Amino acid sequence: MKSLPLLFLGIFATLAFSWVGIILTNHIQMRELLPATSELVNSEGEPIGGPTYKDKRSGRTLLGQNVPGETPNPQPLPGSAKRGKLVYEQMGCLYCHSQQVRRQGFGNDFERGWGDRQSVARDYLLQERVMLGTMRTGPDLSNVGLRYSALWQHQHLYNPQITSPGSTMPPYAFLYDVRKISENRGGSPDAIEIPSAFHPGEGYEVVPSQRARDLVAYLMNLKQDYELPEMKFTE
Amino acid sequence: MSANASILSTLNPTATASTDIRARLSEVDASMRNPAILFLVSGVLWLLAGTVFALMAAIKMTNPEFLGHIEWLTFGRVRSAHLNAMIYGWGNNMIFAVAPWIMGRLCRTRIRHTSILYVAGVFWNIAITIGIIGILKGDMIGVEWLEMPAYVTPLVAITYALIGVWVIIAFRWRQSGHVYVSQWYLLAAFFWLPWLYTVAQIMLVFEPATGVVQSLTNWWFAHNVLGLWLTPIGLAAAYYFIPKVLGRPIHSYYLSVIGFWSLALFYNWAGVHHLIGGPVPAWVISAGTVASVMMVIPVLVTAINHHLTVVGHHREGWRSPTIRFVVFGAINYTATSLFGSAMALRSVNEVTHFTHFTVGHAHHGVYGFFTMIMFGSAYYMMPRLLKKEWPSAFLIKTHWWMCALGILLMVFALQVGGWIQGIQLNALDEDGIPKYNFLEVVANTLPWLHMRSVSGLMLTIGHIAFAINVFWMIFNPAPKDSNTKPTLLTSGDSDS
Repeated sequence: MKSLPLLFLGIFATLAFSWVGIILTNHIQMRELLPATSELVNSEGEPIGGPTYKDKRSGRTLLGQNVPGETPNPQPLPGSAKRGKLVYEQMGCLYCHSQQVRRQGFGNDFERGWGDRQSVARDYLLQERVMLGTMRTGPDLSNVGLRYSALWQHQHLYNPQITSPGSTMPPYAFLYDVRKISENRGGSPDAIEIPSAFHPGEGYEVVPSQRARDLVAYLMNLKQDYELPEMKFTE
Repeated sequence: MSANASILSTLNPTATASTDIRARLSEVDASMRNPAILFLVSGVLWLLAGTVFALMAAIKMTNPEFLGHIEWLTFGRVRSAHLNAMIYGWGNNMIFAVAPWIMGRLCRTRIRHTSILYVAGVFWNIAITIGIIGILKGDMIGVEWLEMPAYVTPLVAITYALIGVWVIIAFRWRQSGHVYVSQWYLLAAFFWLPWLYTVAQIMLVFEPATGVVQSLTNWWFAHNVLGLWLTPIGLAAAYYFIPKVLGRPIHSYYLSVIGFWSLALFYNWAGVHHLIGGPVPAWVISAGTVASVMMVIPVLVTAINHHLTVVGHHREGWRSPTIRFVVFGAINYTATSLFGSAMALRSVNEVTHFTHFTVGHAHHGVYGFFTMIMFGSAYYMMPRLLKKEWPSAFLIKTHWWMCALGILLMVFALQVGGWIQGIQLNALDEDGIPKYNFLEVVANTLPWLHMRSVSGLMLTIGHIAFAINVFWMIFNPAPKDSNTKPTLLTSGDSDS
């Protein structure tokens, strides 16, 4: 190869191509996305049955507006769940659990009860850290908050064998205090119920730490239980 | 006979070629000696550390209670420590040893001010150490391939710049008229990585982008670290060592041009195939799938070029540690890339996505291709840098057999096991209910994961053999008569 400016230009242009295509284009596109009510209305307040409508006067295609008085989704996480998300991130949960429901007919996410509709870009709009995940060593967690109780989550984190015998999930017992029940004050109101086979012993109790409670708050908040203009529940 | 003579002359550090060129090359070697040995030794130490993390993670996959009570060693952290130790510790240190050296040799330019390179190398390794400790103590960032905490980013970026710039400088002041294919790959890779890293850090760590743009950036970055950093450098080394050791020119100049430009054009779009079926715009996925399939072109072109250079010289190649490892890597480059193109097809991806198949594929590429070529490069470089020969052919053979068979077993176990896992996850009975419940699928992966742990043990033995040989060689006093014979793995006809 003789022409070195050409070589350098090519090296530059090839990466610039994908950078503009994959990143910049989508970055610009996503900036228009906002939390939305399940139906959108036009400027006269009539439902438009989709994300955009054609304005009668100007003939231009406009973005629909949220129905006044209805809650737009997604909603930001409450504080404890936000802290819990950090625990989720720091424990590396994302390496075994995805947070995305694929459309019906592509895999069987629906049949496994992981969701009633496909996840869409708008669902992740407010997340400071998006963890879609690329492995399903464990099940998808997009809607795990709808599937189990907080107690189930605590027992499962303390020792996955309690709720899911044969699971290969690591135990997170280090997020729990196993301690002697105080003789003066009695048991802690926060202590979780542990089946006898896994119980640390008579006179002991298992109390979730702050991090464990935050993590469970986050897991209980993982739910895509609302409809969006571009995506409805599948019957 | 003549072929044997040629391989001996190319292998032997003291053989006579054109005196002028040899003097220049030996100047390059001398200038790179200290930094390259620093990077090689650091790389080997990281390889051992990464192997320990890998074994822990592999055992935890089947026995979750193993070290389960230690927060620092929970699976998610150990697994990420393994990845970062291998990519940034082992892979990059090896690249920093091999790339400036090959660039310097091809440009016939000494690497100057190597003390800067040396100091930057020390700080690079400090940065990675802090980063891995950060991951283990819980400062991990939940972005695949970028787990090291934000506080090491500036140090990583600065030290990278101080190391990478010498490759560019060597190229800028090159003394040779012709620019060889390895030089294009090196130049491109050292230009691409800082761009990728800067964009990824800004859009994911310091000023996170909106929603799933993060996921797109993540896979644009992570796949391009493979495609535009490890791959071009692995190919540059293969293009350098195969003709060098076998003493014959590369098969076709034109094929190498096509291979380079088609790789540059297609690879950088391919990464989004990690998001097939995900909540991202469909057109991006389609573009990524097309690019992934188009990767067949550079892969086949490069394969033809490499393998036609080797064809007919397999016997001599088998004698040389460098050629054994490099050709094994080149063959696996072809294989893993063709697998990768197939995995981007939606119908195949429906099965393989989210399973151990992908993990097998990642190891096929990073280990079977890239790491094996780096091993081969070390076998060629170190005798020339130290002016000593490898102390033990037995250890080289142990290294070779354990790593070659180990990685093949690993890819087999993870990809067969992963395929079965994918089929079972997707299987429905006639009522439309999943045929296997989730825990059954998990239980069915266990035998394959045990097999993977065995393959990991084989790789560990290979790595230990390699490390012993490296340190033995470094601490061995130089023989008085430096005109030693190269360490060959089989005796040739002419010798016996």
